[in-house]
Amino acid sequence: MAAYSLTVNGNSVSLNVDDPNTPLLYLLQENLQLNGPKFGCGLGQCGCCTVLLDGQPIRSCITAISDSAGHEITTIEGLGTVDNPHPIQQAFINQQAMHCGYCLSGPMLYGKAFIDQNPNATRDQILAALGATQLLCRCHSHSRMLQALVNYAQGTI
Amino acid sequence: MKLRNSARPIQPAGMTPDAYVALGKAGPSRRDFLRTAGVMIVGFSMAGKAGKLAAQSPINPSGLVDATLVDSWLAIGADESITAYSGKCEFGQGFSTVQYQLIAEELNVPLSRVTLIFCDTGYTPDQGVTSGSQSHIAEFGPGGLREALDTARDALLQLASQQLDTPVDQLSVTDGVVFMKSDPTQFVSYGQLVKGQRFNLTLNDAAIPKDPSQYTILGTSLPRVDIPQKATGQFQYVQNVRLKGMLHGKVVRSPIWGAHVVSVDKSSLAGMPGNPQVVVKNDFVGVVADTEWHAIQAAAALNVTWSSADPLPSFSGLYDYIQQQQAASSDSYTVNSGDTDQMLKQAAQVVSAQYLHPYQMHGAIASSCAVADVRGGTGPNATAKIWSATQGVYPQRDSVAVVLGIPNSNVRVTFVEGSGCYGCNGNDTVSFDAALLSQAVGKPVRVQFSRRDENTAGENYGPAHVNNLSAGVDKNGQIIVWTSEAWTLSKGGRPSATAPGNVITGALAGFPAPVPTPSAATPPRTFSNNSNTACNYVTGVVGNNPAGGTGTIASQQVLVHTIPSPYFTGPLRSPERLQNTFANESFMDEVAVAVKADPVQFRLKHLSDQRLIAVLNAAAKAANWDTRPSPKPGNAKTGVVTGRGVSCVLYEGSNGYCALVAEVSVDQDAGTITVTKLTASQDSGPPSNPDGLRNQMEGGAMQGMGRALFEEVKWNDRAGIITSTDWVSYPVYQWGMPVPQIQTVLLGPLNAPKRGAGECTITLVGSAIANAVFDATGVRMRRIPFTPANFQAAQGS
Repeated sequence: MAAYSLTVNGNSVSLNVDDPNTPLLYLLQENLQLNGPKFGCGLGQCGCCTVLLDGQPIRSCITAISDSAGHEITTIEGLGTVDNPHPIQQAFINQQAMHCGYCLSGPMLYGKAFIDQNPNATRDQILAALGATQLLCRCHSHSRMLQALVNYAQGTI
Repeated sequence: MKLRNSARPIQPAGMTPDAYVALGKAGPSRRDFLRTAGVMIVGFSMAGKAGKLAAQSPINPSGLVDATLVDSWLAIGADESITAYSGKCEFGQGFSTVQYQLIAEELNVPLSRVTLIFCDTGYTPDQGVTSGSQSHIAEFGPGGLREALDTARDALLQLASQQLDTPVDQLSVTDGVVFMKSDPTQFVSYGQLVKGQRFNLTLNDAAIPKDPSQYTILGTSLPRVDIPQKATGQFQYVQNVRLKGMLHGKVVRSPIWGAHVVSVDKSSLAGMPGNPQVVVKNDFVGVVADTEWHAIQAAAALNVTWSSADPLPSFSGLYDYIQQQQAASSDSYTVNSGDTDQMLKQAAQVVSAQYLHPYQMHGAIASSCAVADVRGGTGPNATAKIWSATQGVYPQRDSVAVVLGIPNSNVRVTFVEGSGCYGCNGNDTVSFDAALLSQAVGKPVRVQFSRRDENTAGENYGPAHVNNLSAGVDKNGQIIVWTSEAWTLSKGGRPSATAPGNVITGALAGFPAPVPTPSAATPPRTFSNNSNTACNYVTGVVGNNPAGGTGTIASQQVLVHTIPSPYFTGPLRSPERLQNTFANESFMDEVAVAVKADPVQFRLKHLSDQRLIAVLNAAAKAANWDTRPSPKPGNAKTGVVTGRGVSCVLYEGSNGYCALVAEVSVDQDAGTITVTKLTASQDSGPPSNPDGLRNQMEGGAMQGMGRALFEEVKWNDRAGIITSTDWVSYPVYQWGMPVPQIQTVLLGPLNAPKRGAGECTITLVGSAIANAVFDATGVRMRRIPFTPANFQAAQGS
């Protein structure tokens, strides 16, 4: 059993884990009881488990706790709340940009990371950035989600 | 450490957010509903109803929920809170929001005062399954939520009339307060009238709904109630149900389809961490461990010896195989005018074509998950609680009770939303898995499938199809005869008390999976186009009955063969309607091409139903339809070309009119098809929530595009294994691919009955794209998916 220290949504946490290969996702779900990052495939092929690691999107289902220790992790819970949503969350709410919403961590966090670094990004550039890695939405709510990301980029949420 | 939003109290495990809020707001009478810790809400309406308590049990203190009683649907608290109970659930399609709108509208109460609780056995009315575009019909139609609300409203007005000593027609209601019109200082609130008591009324089928012209909440684009929590990661999906002492389970399925357990070497887990346990019941094998990661490791390590199995039909020869199964087929006619052979001989021109549709999976983005807490093993004293994203809590309760050997009155199934499911996916079978594992270890167990479990041994696929069509045209270019012979496959389906083997785990646990019984077709007696086997353009003739179709072609025959499927099958969004409509609407285009007619005009020429005509015209107009025959003149035979195609349908023959125009660009050298624009029009009666309907239409259009372009379940018949195990081996539409422009047009006469909306658009996309590809290239796509390889094969034929 080893203890791993990391920061999750601004809080310092220490996790006792017997296997250093344990993927971060299971610890976020079970030990920290977070609902934002979700299991979709366990293979890094869909994006439901996306979290930000030091601001960059990663797949928590295939990222070992040993590789996460010492880093800052942000889940979609860490962006904002129902009463005080982050602007990118507000953009999704305003566009009603989801059906089931299960995939949301993927497009929201990949979109946020890219747009924050490329504030003048166009619709096509945002779409290409999301396509640089495999990300899925099986309800096929892409058109509204893309519009929400464009609105976030343009500050017209 | 505070990772949770501190403003939001932690919910007792398993309690839905809505239920928790309802309890928080409840007055003294409502708190009586909460009798024991761990039980959410007792059916208050049942207390004291002698004769209705036969099914009471330790787990189901409310007994039966009688859907004919107002109290089963509605409670009004002394604090003016409104709590409604329904059997139609939320999957992200937006129907919970529509139900909130309906409640607020019919009762004239503010939305903020309403709490809706849906789909919990013993607590909400049994409304079967939330599926098939039936929710609007059920809740707005006879015996549903709307009728309960209007019965209650009438009773409240009667009570107010007595209290205010004023005739009902001299009263008005604002925000749940009944006023005297002549003297608004005289009023009484719903809460004061009900005083926290029950209605004790039977639903009145003569209760008159509010006139739609008076709607202020229905018909508006109220934002969905579930979205803020989902957008901020607060929403509790079934994957997030956490019980005290809960263990984690994983299933171990045979890699070979249809193999049986020979032996299980439990010693293969010796020394592994997480206290793994092995559970075997017939061909069901699973493991349980302390954490999910430990369970994953144990499942991977468990050494199971499986038998060999019967060979699978060859993948490459599937469509030939299907058509060779006549002896095993259950046959039926949708229509048969008896004169089609003769009319085909008389025709000036006969057109024939065959359309092929593969097995497709629901492929929910979440691997299916459920949590079960089974206590006391088996028998009359055992109990089971299941948290499931099933579409039908009651059917699941009744079937899992049989599998567990526990009376159904001792089983409680609580719906908790999972990811979008699109039909009978793995949500039922994973609930059986969790229940079997929990029963074996005597503790709560959460099971979430791996992606491989989900894809290969978790869900009931949408079946493959072969549709053979012929039409005869007279010398004026009018179709005079239409025939269809369709082949589909079936095994299992939704779980039920009589057929727990309809889903995979039920079958593994020893219950047979029903397949069709061979039978010859008999002459049809009534016209039902529920599966859209008949095209839009026939009159719907059966025997001597009046025609019920939407078209003008009098000579018609539609024969359907249903054969045993090697794989489990079940409803997948627009089940069979999509496959049949792909064939029918592609073929209508082929006939139009044969007589050099414009595809929209040619359809209009054969339609009789005015609402179908209206949606077709609306879509064509919105898309700036270029009226001319296909293919598009002047397009080169190489390089990138563009085209447009159309399709339309009356879904299920009675459940929503829809038309769709697809615009595509085709790279003829690479064989790639890009959809650039989709224009959809729909008439499902007056839209309850226009933006919500548009959202459904957009998602349906895009999902239909993805299914048409990419999706096909594959297998290795020599090895006996399904090879579509993940999102690489089962390719789907994904982020980064071009996102088409989508335009939606809403029609729907204000006083028309509500009809389904969720499955109309998706039904049309395959045919509209195929027709657009033909318009662009002259290549006819008769086989889904429209991959580059299938395009090039069609190009060469």
